[in-house]
Amino acid sequence: MIGGFADLLERLAFTPRRGLKLAHLAGYFRATPDPDRGFALAALTGDLDLRAVTPSLLRGLVAGRVDAELFALSYDFVGDLAETIALIWPGIGGVDDDVALSDLVAQLQGAGKAELPGLIAARLDRMSPSQRYAYLKLATGGLRVGVSARLARQAVADFGALDLAEIEEIWHGLAPPYLNLFAWATGGQKPVSAARAPFRPVMLSTPTDAEALAALDPADFIAEWKWDGIRVQAVSDGGTRRLYSRTGDDISAAFPDILEAMAFDGVLDGELLVRRGAQVAPFGELQTRLGRKKVGAKLLHSHPAGLRAYDLLLWEGRDWRSAPFAQRRTALEQAVAGLDAARIDLSPLLPFTDWDTLAALRAAPPETVIEGLMIKHRASPYLAGRIRGHWFKWKRDPMRVDAVLLYAQRGHGKRSGYYSDFTFGLWDGDALVPVGKAYFGFTDAELKALDRFVRDNTVERFGPVRAVRPEKVVEVAFEGLNRSPRHKSGVAMRFPRIARIRDDKPASEADRLATLLEMLPEVEG
Amino acid sequence: MLTPLPTLIPRPEGLYCPQGNFFIDPVRPVPRALVTHAHADHARAGHGAVMATRQTLEIMALHYGPDFAGAQQVADGQVTIGGLDVSFHPAGHVLGSAQICIAGPSGRVVVTGDYTRSPNPACAPWEPVACDILVTEATFALPVFRHPDPQAEIARLLASVAAFPERAHLVGAYALGKAQRVIMLLREAGYDAPIYIHGALAKLCDYHIAQGVPLGDLRPATVARGRKGDFAGAVVLAPPSAFAATWAQRFPDPVIAFASGWMMVRARARQRGVELPLVISDHVDWGQLTQTISELDPAETWITHGREDALLRWCALEGRAARPLRLVGYEDEPE
Repeated sequence: MIGGFADLLERLAFTPRRGLKLAHLAGYFRATPDPDRGFALAALTGDLDLRAVTPSLLRGLVAGRVDAELFALSYDFVGDLAETIALIWPGIGGVDDDVALSDLVAQLQGAGKAELPGLIAARLDRMSPSQRYAYLKLATGGLRVGVSARLARQAVADFGALDLAEIEEIWHGLAPPYLNLFAWATGGQKPVSAARAPFRPVMLSTPTDAEALAALDPADFIAEWKWDGIRVQAVSDGGTRRLYSRTGDDISAAFPDILEAMAFDGVLDGELLVRRGAQVAPFGELQTRLGRKKVGAKLLHSHPAGLRAYDLLLWEGRDWRSAPFAQRRTALEQAVAGLDAARIDLSPLLPFTDWDTLAALRAAPPETVIEGLMIKHRASPYLAGRIRGHWFKWKRDPMRVDAVLLYAQRGHGKRSGYYSDFTFGLWDGDALVPVGKAYFGFTDAELKALDRFVRDNTVERFGPVRAVRPEKVVEVAFEGLNRSPRHKSGVAMRFPRIARIRDDKPASEADRLATLLEMLPEVEG
Repeated sequence: MLTPLPTLIPRPEGLYCPQGNFFIDPVRPVPRALVTHAHADHARAGHGAVMATRQTLEIMALHYGPDFAGAQQVADGQVTIGGLDVSFHPAGHVLGSAQICIAGPSGRVVVTGDYTRSPNPACAPWEPVACDILVTEATFALPVFRHPDPQAEIARLLASVAAFPERAHLVGAYALGKAQRVIMLLREAGYDAPIYIHGALAKLCDYHIAQGVPLGDLRPATVARGRKGDFAGAVVLAPPSAFAATWAQRFPDPVIAFASGWMMVRARARQRGVELPLVISDHVDWGQLTQTISELDPAETWITHGREDALLRWCALEGRAARPLRLVGYEDEPE
């Protein structure tokens, strides 16, 4: 029913926390029968294919009902087209009995282009404002309620006490309204994926450090670099080729160059990179290739993608997942040897006999696009998920700068009433330039101290944001740095957090922007 | 030309009537003020003389102390000022709120102050007062503002309280009017548990109770022994400004709610970090405002403050004479 879906969107829109969003979604799946919950799920995962209802169609509709100037003034105030129309639409009095999502979807899918505006208007006439909002968001796509496809699938897993990895494995064989998925979630049979080239759940690692490694025998382990790209799974199955992200999203369309090189029958696990010969480009360059539905010849040439293979799951009809890693690696080496090396190559192994040797390698990686080390037990089977004791990641030490707090904003939930979201800056000449935001890293005691500082040192307010006297220095740790035209400083940090409060340091001794820019990975001219 | 109607002129101090030599809701100290209601942006301290309803004067005294003006006069029945007949009529906005009617020999002007036509059990309901010139507020004068049934909004609050019994529900509500309205709506909905209130609400809640407005079991939202769990499942009312203060840190994982007509617009709610927006307004919405103009059918409509552009456009479409006064100093909703 559109009413229940409208309530769900409302709750999600105002719930900042992931855990609560999951609870709302699971509650919705519990309370809503098939096929509506399946259509709602498809709307959230972006898998609902509807005839394009464009903003201009909606503008045309509302122009027939509301004075243009009154609409313009209202839109200006509200700021969202669907919301403005939902609120301003003069219903004809009376709201229909709740309409099933499945009926609305079927109608939108079946309507001819010419009859579409009339159908939508008739629906809007008989809906409440919140139903109109939900209906318009459904019709135009793009719900913008802060729920990723993965979070929606996680909610199905929570609801049915299923394993997310298993859902992701079969997801590409499923279609809205997912009757077989919900049957499984409510105690029925697991759907058999009939799709070609399905995704297999990925094996993940747990973090480690020198201290933890000291207890282990180096002879039991194999080490390789942890490359800074995105983890992918390349599946080629009876002529069907797909490239999946590690969460099972199909990203094939953005990487035709990789697909072309997948002249095999099997499943490889590896890192997707932008690679020019032996030169691996920084992560930022890979980002320009991501998220595309199509990719032009120019970009394929300027940003060629490469797959650096880590592991082999299936090969020419054999499932290798239960074999020990050492054996899989040998099979992988043979498999990759027969492929186009310009596109698919091997992640090299690192020679070591003791942990100190490995520590030395980690301290001085040969390329900046290395995030650290992967240490894998020789006997590990390929297991779904993050199982302790098999694969370890030993990440490079984070980068650090000493920055000055500039702005603060209040947090949500358990941090209600605390200034817990901080913007910090570095010196550029005599000015402090904002370079990033951090929401975590501090202890509860440090949070209290920072909150107190913000309250006592506010110099200006911009709505919920406070500008503070630029006096507090914090050590910011982060995992990487990309160029970013969207940021004033020209760079964006990855996973920045406040590692320490530097009360020992005056603001004048905080780092300079130039120091940060020097940490950028080198880019090939 | 004879002066057909009492004259009102917008001045920096507020709306001025030269025949009566008084200001209505002046934002700066003036010799003589007529005050529609006790919200701080309409009712300031320091005037030479203030005329208002008894309850408005008493609430001003609670805010500012008993000597907030040189002289006070309770508006009771019809009073003649400078040859004009002045009378106060209920506005339905907050306790003591009034519209001011100024009648001359050949016509009448009604200044609405802030008003609502939605039932508000905390005060006397708005009354239609026939007039030649209607001087109206326009706080929510956009056709997107169609405020829902407040009881349905309270039902959403109670549903959330039931769904999250381990969390405190902090409801932002302005101290005069909105807070008592929310409390009464909760009581009407059958919620008879203690309601906890921020210290800034205490005086005005006590005053309402003394005026015969039943609010039920109210308790101070103080942590006696610093135990956060004390407020699990509780409904706590506070002025919205308290959410920015350390005061909010005492509650267990609070749900932040806010009772305001602005909560209709999602972006407004999100900007304030509101998790549970409650659309409860003590102003006329678009429908009530345009209905009021249609029903009173004044020769002219003057607009004091708010979103006058849309209302002017509506009047033009309806063939009604209207003009904006663009008075400054009134907040959208005072804290």
